[in-house]
Amino acid sequence: MSEKQKQPKKPGISRRRFLTYTIASTGGFLASGMLYPMIRFAIDPLLQKGSDTEFVDVGPVNEFGTEPKSVSFNIKRKDGWYEPKGGEPATAWVTKNGDQILALSPVCKHLGCTVKWEGGGKQDHYYCPCHGGLYTKDGTNVPGTPPNEPLDEYESRVEGGRLLLGPVKKGGGA
Amino acid sequence: MLKSAYEWIDRRLDITPMWRDLADHEVPEHVNPAHHFSAFIYCFGGLTFFIVVIQILSGMFLTMYYVPDIQNAYKSVDYLQNEIAFGQIVRGMHHWGASVAIVMLFLHTLRVFFTGSYKHPREFNWVVGMLLFFTILGLGFTGYLLPWDNKAYFATKVGIEIAASVPFVGDAIATFLQGGEVVGAQTLARFFALHVFFLPGALLALLGAHFFLIRRQGISGPL
Ligand code: FES
Repeated sequence: MSEKQKQPKKPGISRRRFLTYTIASTGGFLASGMLYPMIRFAIDPLLQKGSDTEFVDVGPVNEFGTEPKSVSFNIKRKDGWYEPKGGEPATAWVTKNGDQILALSPVCKHLGCTVKWEGGGKQDHYYCPCHGGLYTKDGTNVPGTPPNEPLDEYESRVEGGRLLLGPVKKGGGA
Repeated sequence: MLKSAYEWIDRRLDITPMWRDLADHEVPEHVNPAHHFSAFIYCFGGLTFFIVVIQILSGMFLTMYYVPDIQNAYKSVDYLQNEIAFGQIVRGMHHWGASVAIVMLFLHTLRVFFTGSYKHPREFNWVVGMLLFFTILGLGFTGYLLPWDNKAYFATKVGIEIAASVPFVGDAIATFLQGGEVVGAQTLARFFALHVFFLPGALLALLGAHFFLIRRQGISGPL
């Protein structure tokens, strides 16, 4: 230890270490130049902004009230390189509370059957016929029934007195 | 004739030591079913490998007819299964082999666990084995979607939702797997790529490591 300290230490790094670093960084540079495009290519869906779903007109907004009403429409959605002509049929249960529009997706959050407002004689609830799932008017799942999440919602906006529905997002329930 | 061909090659390339090294190794008595029949439990690893070979071969042949596209996947599977000679058999090998591989893999894992073979100095091989386990589960999961029938579609929806429930990175994993806004064209293409290129590549690399380690470290001793 003490002997080593006596030797004057050359400033900087040794030639061998310098060459190791140089070769390693050159290799790293080449490798990342090769991998970067491929990885960016693979994760593109994570970084794509915006949505492939267009808003569609489902009718005049004053048709809706506090009582849920179902509307059928054709959703225009791109699935990669497929763009089905005329879109795919979809349904929403719409309620209007003052200015607040709530458009619920009828797909049960349990296993994906279709729910119906006051179906099966269940007053004031959305009812799923498959396993008896229940949701309240605002889409909140009723505890003790199979679904464990509130119904999904369509994004909505009103333009010139017409109601437009867009992509489905996670419902917040209340 | 064959012998002289072999010798002709061997004189030039000296291949005898290579295969000797692969083939000649000690098989201890306690793992040899010819000595104790109960030692058959040591066969599950080899059986898993045997099934994997069947899966790779039958899978290669299936891609001669299969098309990974939402409008044609189901039709191509239907065609290869019902219109092509031995289609039932080749697809059946791949279909049932997938389940058998996972059963064998599970039995092998149990054997290693209950004989304590994962212990020092073989811990690292246990880790490689676990990676193999998840790679094979991944192969099962991605392969399940490819026929693009109702069962495949809904199983994948559920699987992607399970992936999404991982804390923090779940949504990113789910989007990565799904590829688009819905389980659709991009999901099928990705699952195909994962199923036939990425995961088998990982599988072969890990198998190489698994076998290298077992040859280096030898078979664990009797209980
Ligand atoms: S699918 Fe709706 S309750 Fe099960």
